[in-house]
Amino acid sequence: MKAKVRLFARLSDLAGLRETEVELGEGLTVSELFAALAHTYPALAGYASSLMYAVNAEYVPSDHPVQDGDEVAFIPPVSGGARCGSR
Amino acid sequence: MRFEITREPLDPQRLTQEVRRDESGAVAVFLGVVRDNSRGRRVLHLEYDAYPELAERVMERVAAEAKERWPVTDVAIQHRVGRLEIGETSLVVAVSSPHRKEAFEACHWLVDRFKDVVPIWKKEVGEGGEEWIEGELAPEEAP
Repeated sequence: MKAKVRLFARLSDLAGLRETEVELGEGLTVSELFAALAHTYPALAGYASSLMYAVNAEYVPSDHPVQDGDEVAFIPPVSGGARCGSR
Repeated sequence: MRFEITREPLDPQRLTQEVRRDESGAVAVFLGVVRDNSRGRRVLHLEYDAYPELAERVMERVAAEAKERWPVTDVAIQHRVGRLEIGETSLVVAVSSPHRKEAFEACHWLVDRFKDVVPIWKKEVGEGGEEWIEGELAPEEAP
């Protein structure tokens, strides 16, 4: 089965792509999919512990299983809004 | 649209009109603007990235949360993405309510909440190079 993967911000820069389609086995979770992706793009590996996951534009837990045709997004810690440099 | 990620310049006046109600005596409007320094360094411009489909949903959800906490009559939020120059507006939060106190409080809360949960990222481009700024994660708070 196939899934579409979307990357943002630094993750996108590190992997050198914003989206890609991946082939994966049945029952893989979103965090396992990220681990597989980090195998292909080793620069991503350090992010595994700080990510949030989204499937079809909804946040999901890390053990959420990926279905055929899903859009999976890996969400690094966010920094929108206006409190620039306060952290 | 009341909850919007856009590449175009923001329009605080339009959002103010969108949330204004005849029965409400207060509209609080917050503007986040790009400043020329961060952590002691000069900033030349910012670049914002977002996951627009999810960001707009989350914005709508935090607005609904604000409506549960305060008697606000309406909320509108816009965030701009792409390259923003110094002084340009990156975020507009507009809140209407019957009286000023709830409008101020809800607006303040919304800006803080926004910063924590909406999937938007800021890259500071300065004289010394460029850097993606990443906040602290609070996965258990994902709305």
